[in-house]
Formats: sequence, structure tokens, C-alpha cells
Amino acid sequence: MNKPLTPNDYSAWPDETGRFGDFGGRYVAETLMPLVLELGKAYAAAKADPAFQAELKNLQVHYAGRPSPLYFAERLTAHLGGAKIYFKREELNHTGSHKINNALGQILLARRMGKTRIIAETGAGQHGVATATVCARFGLPGHVYMGATDVERQKPNVFRMNLLGTEVIPVTSGTATLKDAMNEALRDWVTNVHDTYYLIGTAAGPHPYPVMVRDFQSVIGIETRQQILEMEGRLPDATVACIGGGSNAIGMFHPFLEDESVRLIGVEAAGHGLVSGLHAASLTGGRPGVLHGNKTYLLQDAEGQIKDAHSISAGLDYPGVGPEHSFLHDTGRAQYLSATDDEALAAFQLCAELEGIIPALETAHAMARLPDIAKDVGKDGIVVLLLSGRGDKDIFSVAEHLGRKI
Amino acid sequence: MASRIATRFANLKAQGRSAFVAYIMAGDPDFDTTLEILKGLPAAGADIIELGFPFSDPMADGPAIQFAAQRALKGGMTLSGTLDLVARFRTMDRETPIVLMGYLNPILNRGFETFALDAGAAGVDGIIIVDCPPEEADPVADALEAEGISLIRLAAPTTDDARLPAVIRRTSGFVYYVSVAGVTGVKEADAGEVAPAVARIRKASGLPVVVGFGVRTPERAASVARVADGVVVGSALVEEIAAAIAQSRDPVSKVLETVASLSKAAHFVRADGPLSA
Repeated sequence: MNKPLTPNDYSAWPDETGRFGDFGGRYVAETLMPLVLELGKAYAAAKADPAFQAELKNLQVHYAGRPSPLYFAERLTAHLGGAKIYFKREELNHTGSHKINNALGQILLARRMGKTRIIAETGAGQHGVATATVCARFGLPGHVYMGATDVERQKPNVFRMNLLGTEVIPVTSGTATLKDAMNEALRDWVTNVHDTYYLIGTAAGPHPYPVMVRDFQSVIGIETRQQILEMEGRLPDATVACIGGGSNAIGMFHPFLEDESVRLIGVEAAGHGLVSGLHAASLTGGRPGVLHGNKTYLLQDAEGQIKDAHSISAGLDYPGVGPEHSFLHDTGRAQYLSATDDEALAAFQLCAELEGIIPALETAHAMARLPDIAKDVGKDGIVVLLLSGRGDKDIFSVAEHLGRKI
Repeated sequence: MASRIATRFANLKAQGRSAFVAYIMAGDPDFDTTLEILKGLPAAGADIIELGFPFSDPMADGPAIQFAAQRALKGGMTLSGTLDLVARFRTMDRETPIVLMGYLNPILNRGFETFALDAGAAGVDGIIIVDCPPEEADPVADALEAEGISLIRLAAPTTDDARLPAVIRRTSGFVYYVSVAGVTGVKEADAGEVAPAVARIRKASGLPVVVGFGVRTPERAASVARVADGVVVGSALVEEIAAAIAQSRDPVSKVLETVASLSKAAHFVRADGPLSA
């Protein structure tokens, strides 16, 4: 089953069945299968339609605030004493993270398909907020499923979604986190097949979601490439991004896949540490299986039951990962590291103090590996860190972990 | 040797009856209770037994079967345990077909060939894998066919004529018609809408068509059995188990009583004759 993968063109994937090598596919119930196939056709038509692309581009510029800046993090660079560190500032987008890139693309597709009701899942609430935002902007009713545990630890984002007119539905089934929110959204979709569009937030799920979300997020890597060429006259030696489902990372990685001189580094959440078993590192601590419509690396027990993920960051607290990352992991084109809760907290504080930027806890995981990467790449090198989101939403949970009252 | 499923439908056809299919979750709440229920099901009127194997993330199931899976996992049920139940049942009953129902990952985890060998040895007749559409089914279908186990396909209200041939390709035993767009045990099936769908699938597949996902009461079971070759009741039985546990009563007798009244309603409504158009 695990045939060796020898791709000569990394960016040619997926194939027409939605496979990245052995990963991906369309593992959904028969009731949803016709909808998934229809979505694939609708997305292919939209992608090829210049009017669709022009409308998306217009919204990216005037509504989301693209392009996002590429910023030389001078003090952090000096502090680490290695490669030059740049930040790709996705936290400056409207709604404060990269999630708006995908939400805008998919809401245009939903409207084009004549769908009148939007559902989504969310973990940290960043995708939920982005979805609620585009629902408000396009006048479509939104319903966001969110694990009851996450509703509790991400209250500001819950309130934000409510302000935007979206209903947040707390999910108490299973373990009441992101995976259960995704189960519940799939149950909603299978029940409301005629009018509902499922706006998945990460580059996972049944085909075409992984490729569609990647395409909408690839604006990150495309801009970065152009900006670094303008600023440095060459490509970076490495790009670094955090990995939950991995939509921000794949958006950065994909436009660099064929530039083999550019190291692509993803950082997963190691929670209390990989050996503790309490983590969210599907690639470094899991193995392939099928969940939520795709074959990919999963956290699972010896019987193939899905294990709970653990991370201080609600956005990384997912026991799977997008199938293209599984493919890049197995082929070795990208490298996947991990950072613990404590390491992420330290990096969170360091970034705030040195650069005047409070990053999302998700992003802080990628930052936590920067000292090693900057040293490894060396003084003449260039590293681009994808600053995927702002950390205002996290200040309450960070304060709690630091034992401070606010 | 004709398969147990084909033999069972042939016998029912000769009697002018539809099949009553009873679904329970393996290990809900423990191995011994499930074995006792299994033993009693044929006498209570179950023509075919659908035995769920638990998965942590049952995306197509409503609350009743979600909770049943959680109880089973908490009680330590595994795929091996599910096959042990079948093997134990087979020492007592060589005729009643058993169809497993669940999700792909536990099977993928075991390896398709190993699973098919073990399932065949235990006496499993068929399997329904909810999250494995025909587009993804060839590897597991190869393994199951080699052991003579039917891969039972699901057809849904969203499965149109253009798609139907792909859905019933490589299927045997029967076709399972998901009578409502939704999860198990929530919406109610409408026999008026079910009848044309059943006729369409029966014609395309040449196989018996069994209807499930929206049947809870004897009345509904009777109206569906009138138009289909079989009717499945699952969530309503599983809820009886949950209620018996909550009241500290014996789930076995409660479930078997319910099966008896449902199967009585489903049987003897088809004096009209032929099961295949």
C-alpha cells in the first residue's frame, strides 16, 4: 500500500482523484459524495474564470488589505545572531490572520454555486471569525461549529463572531474540540445537502478542499517570493510556518516547492512534549489513516481510534494534518519539527518584547524553532517566518499560563 | 456454496416477506451483553444482523449511535473483539447473516487483507464502510472479494441515475438505501419517497434493496417493508440499550422485546409477492 513516492514535479499534485501520492482522496459518506464531486467541478470552473479571479483579487486588496508586508525583524535577527529573519505579516490582514484569504475565495464560490447557508468549523476561532466576516460582507447566514472546550478558552473570538451575526454552536460530542466541531459540521452538511456550503478552514478534508484551500492561501508564498526578490535579490534559504491542519504553511510552501534550495520547515505543536503522548504533532508523532474525508497522518491508537490532540494553542489542537503535508513529509521535500507549549510561550513573549508584535500562539510555535534554524542557516542566510496571526485572542490564556491575572 | 445473505433473501422471497435487519453496536455496553443480544436476535425475528464496530469519530451517525460507540470504546471493544463476537455467535447460528457496519480507519489500521481473512474466519458475511465511497473502495473490495465477503454499498437520496452504476459496481448481497439525507436516527423516512428509489436501485443492481437511517417505529417499519426488500432499525434499538443502562435494567430483554414488535410489523406486510422487479 505504501508505494515509494518519487515525484519529479512536486507542484503537479494532486491527481484528478485528489491524491498527493498516497494521501488525500475523498472518504465521505455516499450522501455527500455527489456534493463533493459537484464542488470539484464548480471550483475548477471558478478557478479558470478570469471574472472570479478578478473579483477575488479586488477583495484581497481593498477588503483584506493585501499584499501583506514582508518585514525585516532586525532586533530578533540580532538577538538570535544567525540568519536574517523576515516576517511575512499575515497578522495584518483584515480579521488578524491568514484565514481571510481562504474565506474570501470560498464565499465567492459558495455564492457562485447558489448556496444560501454557510457552515464552518473552528478551533481557535480565527477561521470562524474569517467566515463570520465574509458571511456578513455577502449577506449569507453563517453557522460555526466550535468545540465547547474551545468556546471557553477563546471567548473573545466567540463574541466577535456573534457581533458579525454568525451563530456559534458549541459542540459537546466526543472530546468537544476542533475534530468534533468538524464531525458536527459534516453531520450538518449531510443533513442540509441542498442549500448549504461547508466552508472548511484548513487544507484538509475531502478533495477538492485541500487543493482549493491551498490555492487560496498560495497568495502568501507568491507575494513572499516577489517581495524577497525585491528586498534581497534572491530567494530565502528557508521558510518556517506553524502546522495545525497546515493551511498557512501550505500557502507559503507551495510556490517554493520547485525551488529545491529553499528549505520548507513546518512546526507542529508538541504540547507537553512528544514523549508525554499529550501533543498535536500528527506528522512527527502519528501515522497514516483516514479521517474527515482524507487519508493523512493522524494521531491514533493501536486500534485505529483517533486520539485527542493536546496543545496550548486551540488552532493547532487537531489530530490530523492536510494531506499535502503528509506527502511533503514522506517525500522529504518539507521538514517537520515541533515545539512544546512552554517553548511557544517563551517565543510569544520574546517576539512581543523584541519586535513589538504579539503573535498568535499558533505562530509562536514556529518562532520557537527560529533559534536553531537561524543558526543552522547561518549569518549570510535568509529565513522567512510566516506570521500567520495576531495574538490578541490569546492574551487571556497566556496570562493564565504565566500565573498572572488580567 | 451460496452466500448466507443470498440464501436468506431467497428464502424470504419464497415466503413473500421482507427482511427485518436489526442493528446493534458491538460492545455496547460490554462484550457479554452484546453476545446475549446477538444470541436472542434470530428468535426475536431478526433476519439479518447488522453489527456496528465502534469508531471514535462517527461522522455519519446521530447522537444515539455516537453515544453507543463511546460506551463500547469505554468498555474496551475493538475490531478484534467485534470479530470474536461474530465467531462466538457462529458456534450457535450458522444461518443468520451478519453484516458489520462502521468506518474505514480501524480496518485500514488492521490492513485490508488481514481484516478480510479474520472476518471471513469469524463468519462475517458482509461489511458496510460508511466513509468509503466507490471511488476509494477498490483496495478494500479486492481483499473482501478474495474472502467471499460482500462489500455492501450505500445509495443515498443524492445518488442520481448517472452515479448509480458506479455505486453498485462490485457490490453483492444487497444494496443499502439511506432513506434520508442526514445522520442515523434523526429524520424519518417517507415510504412514498422511498418506493421509487428502491425500485430504481433494484432495477439497476438486480439485488435486494434494504432501507435504513430513518426507521424507528413498527408503523414506519411496516410501511417501508411494504416497498423494500428489507428494513433496518438501529438507533431505536441502541436507545433502548441506553435507557436500560440508565435505569439499571437488563438491556438484553428490552432490546429483544423491541426487535420482536418491530420484526412482527415488518414481516407479513408483503402478500403482494415478488421481491425483484
